[in-house]
Amino acid sequence: MRAATRVAGILGLMLISGLSHAAYQLNMTPGVTSFSQGAYDIHMMVMWICVVIGIVVFGAMIYSIVKHRKAKGAVAADFHENTTIEVVWTIIPFLILIAMAIPATRVLLAMEDTSNSEMSIKVTGYQWKWHYDYLGEDVSFFSNMSTPMEQIEGMEQKGENYLLEVDNKMVIPVNKKVRLLFTSNDVIHAWWVPEFGVKKDSIPGYINESWIEVPEPGIYRGKCAELCGQYHGFMPVVVEAKSEEDYVAWLDSQRAMAAEAAASAEKTWTQADLMNQGEKVYKTACAACHQANGEGLPNVFPGLKGSAVALGDIAKHIDIIINGVSGTSMQAFGAQLNDADIAAVVTYERNAWGNDTGDVVQPADVKAAR
Amino acid sequence: MSAVIEETHEHHDHKPTGIGRWLFSTNHKDIGTMYLWFSFIMFFVGGSMALVIRAELFQPGLQLIEPEFFNQMTTLHGLIMVFGVIMPAFVGLANWMVPMMIGAPDMALPRMNNWSFWLLPGAFGLLIASLVMSLMGMGSAPNFGWTFYAPLSTTYGPSSTDFFIFSVHLMGISSIMGAINIIATIMNMRAPGMTYMKMPIFVWTWFITAYLLIAVMPVLAGVVTMMLMDRHFGTSFFNAAGGGDPVLFQHVFWFFGHPEVYIMILPSFGIISQIVPTFARKKIFGYSSMVYATASIAFLSFIVWAHHMFTTGMPVAGELFFMYATMLIAIPTGVKVFNWVSTMWKGSMTFETPMLFAIAFIFLFTIGGFTGLMLCIAPADFQYHDTYFVVAHFHYVLVTGAAFGIMAGVYYWIPKWTGNMYDEKLGKLHFWLTAISSNVLFFPMHFVGLAGMPRRIPDYSLQFAEFNAMATVGAFVFGFSQLIFLYNVLKTQRGGVKATSKVWEGAEGLEWTLPSPAPFHSFTTPPTVK
Repeated sequence: MRAATRVAGILGLMLISGLSHAAYQLNMTPGVTSFSQGAYDIHMMVMWICVVIGIVVFGAMIYSIVKHRKAKGAVAADFHENTTIEVVWTIIPFLILIAMAIPATRVLLAMEDTSNSEMSIKVTGYQWKWHYDYLGEDVSFFSNMSTPMEQIEGMEQKGENYLLEVDNKMVIPVNKKVRLLFTSNDVIHAWWVPEFGVKKDSIPGYINESWIEVPEPGIYRGKCAELCGQYHGFMPVVVEAKSEEDYVAWLDSQRAMAAEAAASAEKTWTQADLMNQGEKVYKTACAACHQANGEGLPNVFPGLKGSAVALGDIAKHIDIIINGVSGTSMQAFGAQLNDADIAAVVTYERNAWGNDTGDVVQPADVKAAR
Repeated sequence: MSAVIEETHEHHDHKPTGIGRWLFSTNHKDIGTMYLWFSFIMFFVGGSMALVIRAELFQPGLQLIEPEFFNQMTTLHGLIMVFGVIMPAFVGLANWMVPMMIGAPDMALPRMNNWSFWLLPGAFGLLIASLVMSLMGMGSAPNFGWTFYAPLSTTYGPSSTDFFIFSVHLMGISSIMGAINIIATIMNMRAPGMTYMKMPIFVWTWFITAYLLIAVMPVLAGVVTMMLMDRHFGTSFFNAAGGGDPVLFQHVFWFFGHPEVYIMILPSFGIISQIVPTFARKKIFGYSSMVYATASIAFLSFIVWAHHMFTTGMPVAGELFFMYATMLIAIPTGVKVFNWVSTMWKGSMTFETPMLFAIAFIFLFTIGGFTGLMLCIAPADFQYHDTYFVVAHFHYVLVTGAAFGIMAGVYYWIPKWTGNMYDEKLGKLHFWLTAISSNVLFFPMHFVGLAGMPRRIPDYSLQFAEFNAMATVGAFVFGFSQLIFLYNVLKTQRGGVKATSKVWEGAEGLEWTLPSPAPFHSFTTPPTVK
């Protein structure tokens, strides 16, 4: 009896640990789209079938452990091999599996049907950010995690959306079938928003497809799901679903912002403005590797403070940022940053952390170097 | 030729001493012992890496280690536990037990046996050297996960990737030689009268496992060689820019990887099938259906690999095929579980440590089997994939499955190995601490996974904090409980109550006809099996 109490104790412990945390999410989200709901339903169905089978099998085991023990004087019976029962316990699971396979197939076929979509967004994974390109709309932008390092390192109180917040959200209209095209610029990433039930790998050189149709406005948060290097854990996905009018207004504002950025590339900046802008750009695009203090990580990422690049030839410095360094983790930022941003960040890197070269790089210099 | 054989026989008549006994050993017991100790040491090495990971994940935020080092820890933890703990422990058990169970004097190929063991310290020396260099500030150790997906491990891999590739080659050679040896032994050295369908189930499961190893270890060697070519010789197997495909890597890897997971569980099935009848004092319910179920699982393991890749954008027909094929595995696995339960049914059970571990195995492995069934449902897998739900699943089958099977086997056979009974009180203490803490450690992972926590992240958002803290507490209790196991094994080796040759009241099989401890050469004259 003692061992039985112990086994019951374990099961009880598992149950209590479930109940006492009921306030926290224990289960998969049913989400907001038809196929997150589909995934949830099939998940629950299979889970309950497993629970029932578990109760039967574990019940028989526990009964046997309690009753058929030598300490209670049980004498071993001598039976083995019974074709009937062996056929039965092969056929019944087979039938249960068929019962699971039918709805699973139905849900899967619906998910994989990307036909009749009303718009397309190309999603490109970069180490460690996402790029969204609204095909045919002339709108595209990068989306970086916006949680500050101070929160990650425990110097500041962590915010409500810790590690689940970005500078530029992906915006979609509600009630429209949006086709998503996934690819990658470097390694394999996976774009995942649990409430949509969509998780798809973005693979360099290939394009994967999926689709979403979100019925209600709101903000939906997810993460990169495929190990993609050291900042894999810091690559959130945030999607905002808006009404059709708000979405169109947002598109216009994006185009206006792009025009403004293009205009700013034409003017001549003061050093102070470049330093301000440069610091911002550095924090989002460079600090992950080269670190906020410009010292890099020894033997992994070179520092910029007092480095040959930051103190040497300006043209070479600009070239490295535009074209990257092949065979290293230094990406080509030419397509990611505009002329003004590159000019600002080069100026910043040449004057920050005691690199007081006094050099000022203008957007026009960058334009000439492209 | 005959002269050579005679000469070896004379050598064998003297039990060698000193370090030479181990370095040049051709004795199946000594080599088995070395395999088991190697595995035990690696268990603590890989386990301490797990504790580093769990310590960092105790709270949200980065407290102890950098994300880069975190990735090195997850990678090496996985590689060491798979290739350095579970697999060598099984080979060690096979070395010790297969000759004794089939009535043979030793393994069929004793010199190859020596070499296949001694490759392992080299292989893991290389792997761990990369970590030592990383700690000394010379580049990074492998940091791409134990599944080393391209191009993260090729174009973007650290220079230590080449150490890793060579290390995997050595492990592969070692495993293939071990498998050839086991097959040769089982096919050629069974005692008169021991037909295939009279072999103990542990021998059967290892026989099938050995074929799996021979089939898939060359595939693993192939995939790391392709990586090597991509990295240094200008090929583009996995690089789209050169006409290759990163997903090809995953197909080749998982063609190895899925049979590999059965390589890591079938011998445990065998151990449990030996232990349950002994302590239920009743024959195994369906011997032949157990054998056929094992063979079916082995066959199915070759045609389900892409269920690890549902999110890579396979055609829907492919997704359906791999979903259906994977579901079928539930049937032979169910047959095994039903057989164990029926064997216990109306038995006369006692609950010594090996039986406790065996019962916990049946409970907890079945939970891992249930989550496996859930994972194979493709539309739901889009939500589960690469989350802690998967981490929970494979730790249930590998820790509370494979590793519990190994621990059960060690307690079951250690009296035969040492001639001494282990300390039953310590064994039970070890069991209860291990069984409870492993659930505190792994069960909450189901919850955070379903709630959306991806795997392999060094920091997580706030809603996952409680269950991660709980898992970390479980991990430390689990880890330190294994010191009791270590102490108990050492104590048993030094002395204790003398074991009889039969050891367990209900034990059956040839190994229990030998005295305890078993003589240096198992059966010098073959026994006859009726």
